[in-house]
Amino acid sequence: MPNLSYLKALNRAIGDEMDRDEAVCVFGEDVGVAVTHATAGLLKRFGPDRVLDTPISEQAFTSFATGAAMAGLRPLIEFQIPALLFLVFEQIANQAHKFSLMTGGQTRVPVTYLLPGSGSRESWAGQHSDHPYSLFAHVGVKTVVPATPADAYGLLATAIRDDDPVVVFAPSGALGVREDLDLARLAPVPLGVGRIHRSGTDVTVVAVGHLVHDALAVAEELAGSISVEVFDPRSLFPFDWSGLAASLERTGRLVVVDDSNRTCGVGGEIIATAAEEMRLIAPPRRVTRPDGAVLPFARGLDLACQPTRAQLRAAVEKAVGAG
Amino acid sequence: MADPTTDPAATLYRTVALVRGFEQRAVELVRAKVVLGGIHPYTGQEAIAAGTCAALRPDDVITSTHRGHGHVLAKGADPARTMAELAGRTTGLNQGRGGSMHAADFGVGVLGANAVVGAAVPIAAGAAWAFRRAGSDRVALTYFGDGAVSQGVVLEAFNLAALWRVPLVLVCENNGFATTMRTADTVAGSILGRAAAFGIPARTVDGTDPEAVRDATAEAVARARAGDGPTLLECTAYRFDAHHTWEHTARPRYRTDAEIAAGRARDPLEIQGARIPAATRAAIDADVAELLDRAVRFACEGPHPDPATALDHLYATGMRARAGAN
Repeated sequence: MPNLSYLKALNRAIGDEMDRDEAVCVFGEDVGVAVTHATAGLLKRFGPDRVLDTPISEQAFTSFATGAAMAGLRPLIEFQIPALLFLVFEQIANQAHKFSLMTGGQTRVPVTYLLPGSGSRESWAGQHSDHPYSLFAHVGVKTVVPATPADAYGLLATAIRDDDPVVVFAPSGALGVREDLDLARLAPVPLGVGRIHRSGTDVTVVAVGHLVHDALAVAEELAGSISVEVFDPRSLFPFDWSGLAASLERTGRLVVVDDSNRTCGVGGEIIATAAEEMRLIAPPRRVTRPDGAVLPFARGLDLACQPTRAQLRAAVEKAVGAG
Repeated sequence: MADPTTDPAATLYRTVALVRGFEQRAVELVRAKVVLGGIHPYTGQEAIAAGTCAALRPDDVITSTHRGHGHVLAKGADPARTMAELAGRTTGLNQGRGGSMHAADFGVGVLGANAVVGAAVPIAAGAAWAFRRAGSDRVALTYFGDGAVSQGVVLEAFNLAALWRVPLVLVCENNGFATTMRTADTVAGSILGRAAAFGIPARTVDGTDPEAVRDATAEAVARARAGDGPTLLECTAYRFDAHHTWEHTARPRYRTDAEIAAGRARDPLEIQGARIPAATRAAIDADVAELLDRAVRFACEGPHPDPATALDHLYATGMRARAGAN
């Protein structure tokens, strides 16, 4: 069975969707030579009319893709650096996202924004280490954060086929994950359907993106003393609220681990919704980046701002102890 | 008597008269609080909308600005549905979801008016690129003001459009003011110089003369259809009225009465009206007045949207967002 890397899964999803649908095209900086590898081989396979190296003009080419989408295409834009989303927030949140409503449903903007390398990248410092998925969920842009190669393939394929703008965050911490997979069984994964990676009865850990793997490691460490269910929402907007409710019916306790800043981060929303609507028998807990965090350069400082397995383990133990 | 459906001069006059009358009715409806939020009146700039759209085919597209009623009407949107949109009724172009600053009619090639200065320029460029990629000879035309030429995204879009030779016509409506700032106080160098930097052919056109605008646009459209890339037209005109109807109450002073009078003296309605027989003009005026009477009635009679439908169309896929309270 082939061993598929997360990055190769993204690459395969784009290629398969371009094969399937002539309307799919790729824009981005250095996508021709594929410096991130996500677009490797696509220029040769599909030609320069479908794989376009762009000038360093993120704001213009992001809205250029919006116009192309209104005219019938399905563009995918690759951004090499997650902080570029701050630069094009206007073009995504205030333009692409708003056209369906503002026009009374006259148009759709099926653009996919792919971030292969979101979050900390081992000392790439303040302007290359953001993981701004909570911002997009907040404004209502469809937001997905796959954790595994199969989900990276499936969620990216779905994003490309979706008629709305979708941001796909591929955490740098997950890019190296590999999985033995039957390639013939790779398939689109619907948005808004979570995945339980490990069943448990004492506590539900909601883990986002690469933190799923940390959550699984902590669950394994605690096996025998605490039974941890690891719930991966896979898409943050839409969110699988019914899946989370079902999990909390079983466990009644909740810990969220999420690599975004604490205030107004998606972790807070998950806890608020659980508190309002779901079964909780103990106070919920969350592990996040600090408030307003800017990742410092030095490795130890960078790591000090990211959620750790030790913090997660402590939060799980507190949640269960409090029950 | 010249027939406005076949005589080009009369047709142009009719469009100018329609836009002028529409704006006057819209201002009245703002004062009557039928149109909320106010409007950005287009009076004085009608020749630009009329002339540019006269050089386009129905299957060409435009993107517009916050001062967009003239563009939308000149491209062929129904005045009654446009007025209903301003009034926020379900019978409006966008079912009351867009309003004055976002009027869109994809059926006639209006890809939307845009309230962020310059934001629609790259959108038009992308649509134009998609047309060329599909093997068609359709073109896109985008309007933006003199204030927009200081927006980075506009200049980035110039670069992309020129680099990739997209079939795009860039229409800068230079009305002399970026809100209340004089163009000379906001534009270093010149507007034509912006285009020259990217190798885009550019010229200044008298934006109060509908025929001059039409002829210049026709040349630019021909270049675009031939695969020769974008052209910039700087169309100069004078905004007769406020930047926004809000000025009617706030009354900021940034231009003199003498200057306004001088600007109003060069009136596109009179310039084009003088080119057609008086009887034709009178007939068109009567026809337009009746059309606009009907449009105002249609707008006022349209139902207000049901608040329960506030988030309809938020997602093209029909996805429903969670409510804000439960």
